[in-house]
Amino acid sequence: MRPLMAHLRAEVTMIFTNGETLFLTLGIPVVFLLFFSTVHVLPEGTRHPVDFLVPGILALAIMSTSMTALSIGTGFERGYGVLKRLGSTPLGRPRLLTAKILAVLAVELFQAAVLIGVGYLLGWNPGGPGGASALVGEALLAMVLGTVAFGGIGLVLAGTLKPLVNLAVVNALFVVLLLLGGMLIPLSKLPDWLAALSKLLPAAALSQALHGTLGHGTPVAARDWMVLGVWAVGAPLVAGLTFRWE
Amino acid sequence: MDHADAAQPQDAAASTEVASDSSDAAVVCSDVVIRYGDTLAVDRLSFTAHRGEVLALLGPNGAGKTSTVEALEGYRPVTSGTMRVLGLDPGRDHNALVARIGVMLQKGGVYPMLGPAQVLHLFAAYYDDPEDPDALLDLVGLRGARRTPWRRLSGGEQQRLALALALVGKPEVLFLDEPTAGVDPEGRIVVRDIITASRDKGMCVLLTTHELAEAERVADRVVIIDHGRLLAEGTPAELASGTADGSVRFSTDPGIDTDSLAAAVAPGATVVEERPGTYRLIVAIDTPSPAAVAALTGWLAERGLALGDLRTGQSLEEAYLSITGSRAVPEPEADQPATSGRARRSRGRR
Repeated sequence: MRPLMAHLRAEVTMIFTNGETLFLTLGIPVVFLLFFSTVHVLPEGTRHPVDFLVPGILALAIMSTSMTALSIGTGFERGYGVLKRLGSTPLGRPRLLTAKILAVLAVELFQAAVLIGVGYLLGWNPGGPGGASALVGEALLAMVLGTVAFGGIGLVLAGTLKPLVNLAVVNALFVVLLLLGGMLIPLSKLPDWLAALSKLLPAAALSQALHGTLGHGTPVAARDWMVLGVWAVGAPLVAGLTFRWE
Repeated sequence: MDHADAAQPQDAAASTEVASDSSDAAVVCSDVVIRYGDTLAVDRLSFTAHRGEVLALLGPNGAGKTSTVEALEGYRPVTSGTMRVLGLDPGRDHNALVARIGVMLQKGGVYPMLGPAQVLHLFAAYYDDPEDPDALLDLVGLRGARRTPWRRLSGGEQQRLALALALVGKPEVLFLDEPTAGVDPEGRIVVRDIITASRDKGMCVLLTTHELAEAERVADRVVIIDHGRLLAEGTPAELASGTADGSVRFSTDPGIDTDSLAAAVAPGATVVEERPGTYRLIVAIDTPSPAAVAALTGWLAERGLALGDLRTGQSLEEAYLSITGSRAVPEPEADQPATSGRARRSRGRR
């Protein structure tokens, strides 16, 4: 237990003391939330923009932590031989992985608290203006599945690419999924073929799930559960098969 | 420590069996082969390292040192042969072994943004009964840099931190891959002192180096390998004398009458001026050196010549070069063809 807790503390400390990671996991989501809720560049119809933005940006925050930050950090640890060196300590891989997962969840909790707080300050009305109640339980389950799916994708890249290549690829992927994932730009604004493609990716599935549960109070569509579920099983599986520790 | 197995390669397999029976054998390799695809990295290597002993694996770059050590650390499997660390199999019993060994990788292994104090405290938490991290910081002289992120430490400071991390779990066996590479002279003294102190506490220290002087200074026994094969094994003194050739090296004025000197020393002796002012006197093997030296100094005294360096037998350096056929240290002659190197190598193996 002591090795796990010590390592978890180190992982969380490294995330919160690393400027780039903080910018990625907290700076970008908060700035996007403030910017797009005050500058009305996203046509929203009748709904208040912040009601659309908070669920989308929660999805974005989850993606930034579980995929981008995890992948970049792990990639550099691999490149610096840290993962290799840890292999000859009693920490062991199971505890290393557990610590990483718990660290990601801890950061996500912190992100959610900050984003929901900022959202309320901006007048967020969860469940939509009609007063339907948000489906928090379903939203949480979708977030966990999203975390596992994105974490798997991040580790597939971190475990196979050189650290700097991984840095570039995972950042590019972050931007692409941000634009195609229905997080800031509603999927309905995308051309049909692109929207159809996007709906197969975990980013859109998670943002749709959160928009539904937290925005309108509608349950997650079976199709989105399926997409999230397949990625949440498949990506970690591929990571486990392809990950090179050195 | 004086071991019966400090001898030539052909004895190694037999002596390993003897050594593995003795309770103080901490690391045993027998007939180990490590192959990567078509590349043969380690070729039927056998040696034993004991508790309370510093054993150096000495060889040029690419000799198979790191492959051997990393297999002992459990990082890679052996293709054939057996390895035992503290009686356990490094691959199969990895989980049981990690708490009892200390590892210093050739490069890296530390979080780039953590400082020495942070990373030492973190690693200490992995072990049940660790060393005091702050005492280790003092030991390796990093107290002043305790908060400096690893990536901003000098190469020598990084190596010293890696050494401290290898020690933090109070290991019984210490594996150090090129522990003094990139370390400044002061840092080297620190590293050597720590190695010696660890040995005196009863640890088995297995280190690799391509630097002869380092092996000679710090190791109780040296295993010379090249192309994955054991070429020679013994204490530095044994290795140097094992290839002694009955010659006497000295320096005096250039251009002395070498024939006259040779005749004065002994019948059948020859004197070669290897470089201007540097000579080698070669006498028949059964001629006692003291007599040859007396005759040599007498001859020089008669002619009022000054005597510079005077040395009989070989240094470990000369032994190493003659064993590996290495061109690592520049010699006066031009590079010889590769075949000559092989011939010399096979002489070392005989």
